[in-house]
Formats: sequence, C-alpha cells, structure tokens
Amino acid sequence: MNKLQNFSKGIIRENPVLVLVLGTCPTLATSTNVESALGMGVAATVVLLCSNIVISALRKVIPDKVRIPCFIVLIAGFVTMVQMLVKAFAPALDAALGIYLPLIVVNCIILGRAEMFAQKNTVIDSAVDALGMGAGFTLTLAAMASIREIFGNGTWMGISIPLLSDNHISILTMAPGGFFVFGLLIAIVNKFSKHKPRKKDFGCAGCPSAAVCSGACAVKEGSDD
Amino acid sequence: MTKLIIILLSAVFINNYVLNRFLGICPFLGVSKKLDSATGMSLAVIFVMLIATAVTYPIQMYLLVPNQLEYLQTIVFILVIAALVQLVEITMKRYLPALHKSLGVYLPLITTNCAVLGVTILNIDEGYTFLEAMVNSLGSGLGFFLAMVMFSGVRSKLEGADIPKSFKGLPITLVAASITSLSFIGFGGVIENMFAK
Repeated sequence: MNKLQNFSKGIIRENPVLVLVLGTCPTLATSTNVESALGMGVAATVVLLCSNIVISALRKVIPDKVRIPCFIVLIAGFVTMVQMLVKAFAPALDAALGIYLPLIVVNCIILGRAEMFAQKNTVIDSAVDALGMGAGFTLTLAAMASIREIFGNGTWMGISIPLLSDNHISILTMAPGGFFVFGLLIAIVNKFSKHKPRKKDFGCAGCPSAAVCSGACAVKEGSDD
Repeated sequence: MTKLIIILLSAVFINNYVLNRFLGICPFLGVSKKLDSATGMSLAVIFVMLIATAVTYPIQMYLLVPNQLEYLQTIVFILVIAALVQLVEITMKRYLPALHKSLGVYLPLITTNCAVLGVTILNIDEGYTFLEAMVNSLGSGLGFFLAMVMFSGVRSKLEGADIPKSFKGLPITLVAASITSLSFIGFGGVIENMFAK
C-alpha cells in the first residue's frame, strides 16, 4: 500500500466515523455548528498525529502486556497539551467544546488507531495514517455540522442563509437531530458503498476496548447473531 | 436538600448522559441489544461512577488544587479510573464471585467509557460539594440505566421490523435513538419549575 492510498483510506474507504463507527460521542456532541466541529476535528487530529508518531516510535520498547495503559498515558499527555494550547489561544473554542476537549482521551479513534495501526507500522506510515484518519474525522464532522447548522439554524459558519433562516428546523440542532442526521449519513454511505454493511460493524468488534476486555461482551452479545 | 433533589432529578431526566450529553454512546449502541446485558452494563456503570467520584474528588481537592497541579487533571483522572476498575475487578473476582459473574465482563469496558471520565470532570467543573458530586454521579448513572433499559425495549421491537436495506443495523438504531431522545426533551424545565415557589 503506497502513501497516498494509506492517506486516502481514512477519508473514504475506512472513514473512522461513518465506516468504522468510532468516536461517536464527540461526533454527535460537537456537530451542532460548523465552527466547533472543525475545532474538535483539528484538536483530535493533532492528538492522533502526536500519539501515532510516538506510539509507533516506541512500539518495540513498550511491553505487550502493559501496552494499553502506556497508550492511555501518552494520549492523555498530548490531550493535556492541546487543552492548554486551546485555552491559551482560542478561549472561545474552549468554551464551545467544554467537557468534550478533555474527553478526547477516551475518543475511540485515537486508541483504536494506536491499537490497530501505530503499534504495527513504521513512524512515517503511522503519521500518514493519522493525517488521513484525522482528515476523515474532521471532514465528516464538518459535513454533519453543515447539515445540522444549515437546516437547524439557517446559518453556515455564522453566515445567515436567506429563506432558511426564517424556516429553520430547530430540533436538528438539539440532541435528537444529532442521532437522526448521523443515522441518515451512515445509511447514505451504506447505500453507495460497494461492500455490504458488515454485520459486526459496531458493538464489540469495532470497539478498541475489545483488546482490554478480550471480547468478553461479544460472548454475551453474540449468542443471538 | 432541595438542591440535592434537583441535581439528582436533572441528572436523570434533563441532562441525561446518553440522550442529551452524548456520553457513553458506544455501550448504548453496542450493549443494548438485550435487556439483561443492558441491565448488567448499567449497574456496572453506576457502581464505577460512584467509586470513581468518591476517589477523584478528594484527589482534585486535596492533592491537585493545593499544589497547583490542576493541569494534570486529565492524566490523573484517567489513570485513577483505570487502576480503580482493575482493582475492583480483582477484588470482586476474589470475594464476590457471583457478582463478578454478572457484572465482571462489563468492568474493563468501562475504563475507556467517556461517561465515567465525563462525570468526574463535570463534578469538578460545576463546583459541586462532595455530597452534591456523589448525588450527581448517582443521578447520571441512573439516567444511563434508564436510557439503556428503555432503548433495549425499543430495539427488541426493531428486530422484527421490515427496514430498507441501507438502513439495516446501525442507521435504524440511531434513528430509534433519536426518537427515544426526543421523549426526554419533554422534561426540559419541568424539574426546576417543580420546586420554584
């Protein structure tokens, strides 16, 4: 797989939000307007890039048995750095993201990429993978936020849209709208993607903590499949 | 006392962690297929939320704040929660094997659950006292339980429904979640007005 494919798979074929279904919490929570969605996307991309680079550089040093705690500490360190930078240089964004900024620590995309990619690949490949996944995350968030902001609020990036601003569907910017638009987007992706929607595309198989719990919940859940 | 009741009820109904704050979506979508696994997961979450708050709140107030180490909050909290969950699992396995059998499998999953980290950080951000923080954690856990149990009921109805092909699986689950969350919007403003004199 060349570098370009490695980069572009994060945007389309293995889009972290719509295909791998990781990082659903920040996706739903910060996509009420485009500005905070872009802020969340960039912040998560920076953390993902740093953590992927460091984890792949240290992949031969970190003992296999304690790798998850090691990853979490590294990720938490980078999140704290990003948190301080955002607080210092973009206080408005800090106020908009609120609790979701420190919660990047438990964003499944970051731990998931560490577990699925960075610990098995070279530093450069991991950096490219992180950029691709980050771009996929940011673009999806921006697309979803655009839908919710344009139709729910009648604005885009704060610019008022004629006609729609008088007839907006405010429920879209509230919690139910988030679930609804997200479900709709995944259905559209399913419709146009060539391969059939996988059966185990969410739940245990897609969850990076599966490594920690060694599929314990799959045993409980899987019996009815 | 009134304040505690308001905190409890608004954590359960208005600021419901799953349906309003979008925390803990992964277990909400992943483990809500069956009622018994939904119940087990939620009980484990309530339990871990309570002990996580009981441990992280004093750490923040008596260790981080006096030493001006507030910026370490994220790292310390996630590590404490991870260690705590492991400890609880080991203890439970040794002394309460029956409970471990029903709740144990969900415990490691909770380490990376954003609802638990979220509730501990929010308790600090909101400036709650220790008692209020514990009540808020209990309410948040109960809210999670309520959402999980309600939603597993909705999903069991979905099993037999005839759904367009591209909506099968996750998309229809999300649309169902949207409608479930719509029902919680109705609680907005009710709790505050209940106690307004």
